[in-house]
Amino acid sequence: MYIFKRILTMILTIWVIVTLTFVMMKFIPGDPFASDADVLPPEVLENMRAQYNLDKPVAVQYVLYLKGLATFDLGPSIQSRTRSVNDIIASGFPPSAILGLQSLVIALFFGLLLGIIAALNHNRIVDYVSMIIAIIGISIPSFILAPLLIKVFSVDLGIFPVATWGTWMHTVLPSLALASMPLAVVARFMRSSMIEVMGANYIRTADAKGLSTVGIVVKHGIRNAILPVVSFIGPLFVSLITGTFVIEKIFAIPGIGRYFVDSIFNRDYPVIMGTTIFFSVILVVTLFLIDISYRLIDPRISLTSKEG
Amino acid sequence: MVIKQHEDSLFVPLHPDKKITDEIQRPSLSVWKDTLLSVLKNKLALVGFFLLAAIVFLALFGPSMVPYSPSSQDLTKTNLAPSSAHWFGTDNLGRDMWARSWYGARVSLIIGIVAAIIDLILGLIVGGVSGYMAGRGKKGDRIDSVLMRIVEVLYGIPYLLIVILLMVIMEPGITAIIIALSITGWVGMARIIRGQVLQLKSQEYVQAAEKMGTSHSKIITKHLLPNTMGIIIVNLTFTIPTAIFAESFLSFLGLGVQAPFASWGTMANDALGVILSGQWWRLFFPGFLISLTMFAFNVFGDGIQDALDPK
Repeated sequence: MYIFKRILTMILTIWVIVTLTFVMMKFIPGDPFASDADVLPPEVLENMRAQYNLDKPVAVQYVLYLKGLATFDLGPSIQSRTRSVNDIIASGFPPSAILGLQSLVIALFFGLLLGIIAALNHNRIVDYVSMIIAIIGISIPSFILAPLLIKVFSVDLGIFPVATWGTWMHTVLPSLALASMPLAVVARFMRSSMIEVMGANYIRTADAKGLSTVGIVVKHGIRNAILPVVSFIGPLFVSLITGTFVIEKIFAIPGIGRYFVDSIFNRDYPVIMGTTIFFSVILVVTLFLIDISYRLIDPRISLTSKEG
Repeated sequence: MVIKQHEDSLFVPLHPDKKITDEIQRPSLSVWKDTLLSVLKNKLALVGFFLLAAIVFLALFGPSMVPYSPSSQDLTKTNLAPSSAHWFGTDNLGRDMWARSWYGARVSLIIGIVAAIIDLILGLIVGGVSGYMAGRGKKGDRIDSVLMRIVEVLYGIPYLLIVILLMVIMEPGITAIIIALSITGWVGMARIIRGQVLQLKSQEYVQAAEKMGTSHSKIITKHLLPNTMGIIIVNLTFTIPTAIFAESFLSFLGLGVQAPFASWGTMANDALGVILSGQWWRLFFPGFLISLTMFAFNVFGDGIQDALDPK
């Protein structure tokens, strides 16, 4: 059974990620209590270590962590002593989710549009211009584009706020910066898929039957061409999430991406692990759902057959 | 009797040096000639090629064109705009941006190329063995499925996330970046190569060669490898810029190349604070060079892909 096998692989992947992250955390040089070592008496430090289970053998720590995970408890944060990792993820998730979803919509909508327009004007000037735009979009990293957008639209024109989070106006520039590269990739993908579909025999048949051009393009062309793009949403999602690490840093947005990067510099083990696992689970589950829905949308791929 | 005499005269003993007379081979040169011609016809790919050549040239000789070292500070000459003395201006510590930029290019190119080559070698071994062993008895199938399970699990792990974690536990530097990038990077290559090998194995000419008793190593080197080359080269032109991007991404976050070494990512990160104060050259040059390199690799890679895969 394909779905069953796929779920097993998914659980295995998550377990490998959890274990890998745990092992790596133990290898990180540096002590999370390094800054306290000079000010606090050794007995207090010992107590603090005990509170975070750092005094127990590594194997026990691992089992305790797995137990916590099973009940969705990611443990306390070391850096901010009043908040648990669950609190941090809960507060960081809304900005990151808004940012990610908004970028996903922008990237998919404009990417598909650009790709379709280019394909319908295959080998004409519109096609070349769209594709050069797309290649430029792929070539400029988001962390270069973001400061440029801030310079032009916030500093020079004063339309959008420079940074931080709050109103919808704050979300525009970061979403654009985050969406640019995925948008360009979707456009290229859609273009080649659409060109292939529009050359197919059934399109010629539809044309010969006298169907309207709009009908052919929408009903037969786009519907078939969009299928391969669906399989691409997974990697797209991955690049959006990793993109938030830099974008949230540049725009000073209190999202999970920023907490993740900050926790690395603070050696805040529980937060690093918690956010890594959170990201991984979201990604692995998304990839799974896309894979399944792709097979449901496209009747030519069966859910029971082995991978091609 | 007459017939037998006839036969004897027709059948000449085989010369010991020419044992395998029905071996089928052809020079693989013509494919590359074909590819080359097709790339040459693609103007955008040519532009990409010349840009890459220029970037490589300047990465090699750029820093020595000016009388400054990339890390020497001159606090009397901080934050200078581009001029005839400092072609790309200077940064907040009075370091020459031209020397730093091309030194950074060197770092980025080395990381990109070395990481891509390691990915290729690992991917070739795992993907090749897995694809070749698949369908060769129980043992072969088991090797294939074990390797593919490993690949599948690793493939599900978000690559930059693990690279970031690895960068934290290793001493930051060029070697650490290359190791971190190649630990996860080979998986995609392995999948592609396995798929290609599986497809090639079912082709008639490979099966014919096998039936005629050609050795494994000869099938691999004469049939499978040359026909996988196209896909490998196309993939290389995309893994190199991916590695370069990852390096600048890490360096931008402060997890990559460390001072006094420069990289485009660290330079862009340094420039973030001054973006509001109008020192445009601090961000523009590293940003432009990263983008130009990515652009050049992308259009060149596209050209090669079109040439090798006529679909």
